[in-house]
Amino acid sequence: MHLPCWATKGVLLLWNPHYLFPAARPQGITNNQLMLIIYILWLRQIKRYFRSKVRIIGSLGQPLLLLLALGFGFGPIYQKAGGGNYIQFLAPGIISMGILFTAVFSGIEIIWDKQFGFLKETLVAPVSRFKIMVGRTLGGGTVAVIQGLIILVISMIVGFKPADFHLFLFGLVFMALIALLFAALGTVIASILEDMQGFQLIMNFLLMPLFFLSGALFPLQGLPKPLVIVASLNPLAYGIDGLRGTLVDGVHFGLMHDFIVLSIITSILFALGSYLFSKTQI
Amino acid sequence: MIEVKNLVKKFGKFTAVDHISFSVKKGEFFAFLGPNGAGKTTTIKMLTTLLNPTSGEIRINGHSPADDKDEVRRSFGIVFQDPSLDDELTALENMEFHGVLYGVPKNIRKERIEQLLEFVELWERRNDLVKNFSGGMKRRLEVARGLIHHPKILFLDEPTLGLDPQTRDHIWSYIRNMNQEEQMTVFFTTHYMDEAERIAQTVSIIDHGKIVAQGSPSELKKLTNSLSLEDAFLALTGKTIREEEVSGADRMRIIRRMHR
Repeated sequence: MHLPCWATKGVLLLWNPHYLFPAARPQGITNNQLMLIIYILWLRQIKRYFRSKVRIIGSLGQPLLLLLALGFGFGPIYQKAGGGNYIQFLAPGIISMGILFTAVFSGIEIIWDKQFGFLKETLVAPVSRFKIMVGRTLGGGTVAVIQGLIILVISMIVGFKPADFHLFLFGLVFMALIALLFAALGTVIASILEDMQGFQLIMNFLLMPLFFLSGALFPLQGLPKPLVIVASLNPLAYGIDGLRGTLVDGVHFGLMHDFIVLSIITSILFALGSYLFSKTQI
Repeated sequence: MIEVKNLVKKFGKFTAVDHISFSVKKGEFFAFLGPNGAGKTTTIKMLTTLLNPTSGEIRINGHSPADDKDEVRRSFGIVFQDPSLDDELTALENMEFHGVLYGVPKNIRKERIEQLLEFVELWERRNDLVKNFSGGMKRRLEVARGLIHHPKILFLDEPTLGLDPQTRDHIWSYIRNMNQEEQMTVFFTTHYMDEAERIAQTVSIIDHGKIVAQGSPSELKKLTNSLSLEDAFLALTGKTIREEEVSGADRMRIIRRMHR
């Protein structure tokens, strides 16, 4: 599977980390070689994703279930309570759910990869850990966005209607930000955990709360104070808000606000992820 | 080629590697043996830049891991104890990635990959996913992969563990070949004493973090008045079984074996 030259250059230009981290370039390696390394790690994630059709379908199961069961189940009550069409409200939340879990899992895969996979190879290679982390996280983020898009298409089949095509393109930006943020978070977690045992803990005490208290399933307006505070500390809440704002037009925090908060948190997590990853010892 | 002086590694209060020194000549077959928990793996990790020593000096091909990690990494190839291949990619793709990671230029890369895959007799299977390979094939692929950037040293951590005799024989003959053609130094660990005896020119035995004996297999046999290297080894390290702590990595390794 090869991307055409112009697409590759476009993608790389779009995601050139040197705009953000110019100090990361060591002596003696050409710019091309650097890019090639990041590209190849990114490509690896993509290839792995597309090669496992079963896994793709399997991971769509839960989001789909929630979309259909909750969407049509709560639909009538939500409408009656004056909220409007619940599917319109819910779909961005479910799309974000797909992105969240796919992104974090791709990061957590690192725990396994460290000992038994390709990643161990990269740890002894004359390549900076930073580049490896960037390539991998971008790849994981891309896969998460693709997953989100699949869920978007499915929700459109089920009745979801994006409000405006131009706003929709901005929606992609929010999807990408959510994906990158949580892919970086996955990397941070994986750099700390030593084996898969902590994984259950992460699932139940971090990811699930993040998802359920983010405004994915219910509006944040009029909630009791404690929940509002928790939601305003939850990066996913800003992501979903932004996504909902661009796809449907029901904003809570404000689009610009969402974008800025997400960008800042993503950059912090990215930096933290690269630092921790570079200190990884196996 | 490899110089180690007074190498120490402490994990908190526990001293895993206790002031060891040795040197390996260019083109030499060097076997690093020891019971479980002796400090073998820790030493190899320090030599291959995966761990930082607590103190002591290491020189690999004239470079020090402390000052010049990347140059050191360029100088060696490694075949780990656990496969580090990407199961969901093809053999060719795994080789390509390695080539790119080590900065091997494109035209040379293509040529060498073909050469090496032919060498380990896996060229026919180059477009097959690695997850469909047998243990022996995976190990052959890893040896081929480790050689793409023509390293000066090849580190092998229990390279023939769990393999059938034919594959073992093949793997050592590939390595011997590279050693003869390119004067490549080979540093390996193994629990198969008969292999170490047959192949190694120098054997170093580590126990409790210290080197207890070093020399050619015949010297060690003479030293302990033994008929085989295995007997010499047991004489030097005692016959009690070593208790080990199971680490997170070991737990995952066990799970992985169950899934096979």
